[in-house]
Amino acid sequence: MKYVDEFRQHKLAKQLAAAIKDESDPSRNYNLMEFCGGHTHAIFRYGVQDLMPENVKFVHGPGCPVCVLPIGRIDEAIHLVEAEDVILCTYGDLLRVPASGRNSLIKVKAAGGDVRMVYSTQDALRIARENPDREVVFLAIGFETTTPPSAVAIQQADTEGLKNFSLFCNHVLTPAAIQNILESPEVREIGSVSIDGFFGPSHVSSIIGSRPYEFFAEEFQRPVVIAGFEPLDVMQSALMLIRQLNEGRYEVENEYTRVVSREGNQKAQLRVADVFELRRSFEWRGLGTVPYSALKIKKTYQLFDAEKRFTLPVSQAKDVKGCECPSILRGAKRPTDCKLFGTVCTPENPMGSCMVSSEGACAAYWSYGRFRQPVQQSA
Amino acid sequence: MSAVVKRFPLRLDTRSARVDMTHGSGGRAMAQLIDELFVKHLDNALLRQANDQAAFDVTAGRMVMSVDGHVISPLFFPGGDIGSLSVHGTINDVAMSGAVPRYLSAGFILEEGFPLADLDRIVASMGKAANAAGVPVVTGDTKVVEKGKGDGIFITTTGIGVVPEGVRISGDQARPGDQILLSGSIGDHGVAIMSSRENLEFETSIESDAASLHRLVERMVACAPSIHCLRDPTRGGVATTLNELAMQSQVGMRLIESDIPVKPAVASACELLGLDPLYVANEGKLICICSKQDAEPLLSVMREDPLGLESRIIGEVVEDPHHFVQMETLFGGSRVVDWLSGEQLPRIC
Repeated sequence: MKYVDEFRQHKLAKQLAAAIKDESDPSRNYNLMEFCGGHTHAIFRYGVQDLMPENVKFVHGPGCPVCVLPIGRIDEAIHLVEAEDVILCTYGDLLRVPASGRNSLIKVKAAGGDVRMVYSTQDALRIARENPDREVVFLAIGFETTTPPSAVAIQQADTEGLKNFSLFCNHVLTPAAIQNILESPEVREIGSVSIDGFFGPSHVSSIIGSRPYEFFAEEFQRPVVIAGFEPLDVMQSALMLIRQLNEGRYEVENEYTRVVSREGNQKAQLRVADVFELRRSFEWRGLGTVPYSALKIKKTYQLFDAEKRFTLPVSQAKDVKGCECPSILRGAKRPTDCKLFGTVCTPENPMGSCMVSSEGACAAYWSYGRFRQPVQQSA
Repeated sequence: MSAVVKRFPLRLDTRSARVDMTHGSGGRAMAQLIDELFVKHLDNALLRQANDQAAFDVTAGRMVMSVDGHVISPLFFPGGDIGSLSVHGTINDVAMSGAVPRYLSAGFILEEGFPLADLDRIVASMGKAANAAGVPVVTGDTKVVEKGKGDGIFITTTGIGVVPEGVRISGDQARPGDQILLSGSIGDHGVAIMSSRENLEFETSIESDAASLHRLVERMVACAPSIHCLRDPTRGGVATTLNELAMQSQVGMRLIESDIPVKPAVASACELLGLDPLYVANEGKLICICSKQDAEPLLSVMREDPLGLESRIIGEVVEDPHHFVQMETLFGGSRVVDWLSGEQLPRIC
């Protein structure tokens, strides 16, 4: 497979592994946070950790769109299906995310709710056209990568005068979340979590460019390397981070130059800016309420805003007791530190969101890495 | 001589008519459907007897029996349809015991309104597949459910077969040191099905690998009657099948990713959809676990069969108290190849 196999070559991986071993300083640790679930997935699927020296550690971040969606928002989506009788369209991963009272969209579907898994916003528009007498809501989630298709869908619905389509917006912003992690007390004051550098998101950066990271690289003095999702990308970026740390630099570097530019995809940015604006604050699972970290639909398009079209109950849902997803999402704990991991919480029966998506740290640990990090017996 | 009175004066309209409730009522309409559609395509001496059961002689020894329900969507896909699949699927389930499949039965649940033209095409394809395999459908059943209570057509097939003397193939026979053989490239069927799903249509040259594997198995059993395990990696793919076998046999497995053949088009489709080919369904491949000394002779007879040309050793059975299936990745690391949980869903970002 062209443009893919080149980035998975064993021989190059060995050379890079040797360079990393050679250049890393054995007297210190390198704690490198991969923000994106896509990187977490690649690290586990290809066994990248096996090729790293002991003192180079991956810290898994909150960049899994399914994982950071708070329970309350899923409760609200369920309300739309059950009380408002809408056709709810969403991406597949979200169906299994636990909501309050052990409910989930997949269970709501089994009980007769009209929940449909779609592969793109275009499918949701098609369903709306085909069902003119039903309300069709697209449950939109994701970082900057999935935001432009949502913007296009709303623009299209507007042009077509599609009156039964609306979008339940849960789009969140990457730079705000990274900044929040760096400002969290664990990182700043207590120092219990040390994050020395960041792998910058790849797909997200193809939209927003590398510029938005420049502020906090400077402000928090942490290097950022925008990294592709292939395993060789991850290793090359690790080497670039190690070099910056060794030289005391904290710059934004771009390993993923075949896709990401400094300015990003400006056409996509314009479309997003036409439809969406900043939300004053948004709740993230794991990070709590983060100011200006999410998007909402602008007034000019409010006809297509599910939050305006329907009255949504205010949900005060709490995470399952004992679930360490919040700390895991901040990089403060590892999945194996959670008492629920592998005991009551498994991919078949996820208690927390990190166990649901294959990009979630817990699911990735469970599926690909648990033989190396056996479940710790709780005392 | 007087003209023979036709049983049904008007021929069954397989062009534009649809299944209705009378086709399952046991009356004349059902008799005509059986005559002019089912018996026409599936014809054989036992079926023609038109009894509620098929009677046949049995030989001494062990027999196996297997049943498989087919509920796929879409009904027609590149390289096959629900009809041929219902024949191959059950023949393969019987053959994976090392048995020679002898007879099939078929139960049809039809939804009111289902086009007779589609039914005709499906049953014709079943007849063709059964004929080519040399395993006749000797008895059947048809029911019709009201519109909205089915999904067009469901087909359940049962097969029976006879196990050659001295063959004891079972999922609990894998032993540390055994070799794991795979008969060809993986993921073709699942990708072909997905490419024709309504909301996911994409263009691909990949066709389903659906095929009856009993002749390949016959060669293998003749070469090495002491084969330990055979299984066709259908739903859940190679990963799930190996996990089942590891659990049943209380062993672990170690795979080499670079030895597992995946067609470039399948790999590309999986990459695009965020799927792992190890978990994608196959309908014409088998996994064989055998002792080290049987491996090479088996490989050479497998490669003589049109359905086993690409047979490879993909790994070996190891001791492991966790019964994990692990894999050395192409990249040079290692990972656990776990059970599939839920359905394989495309990733978001």
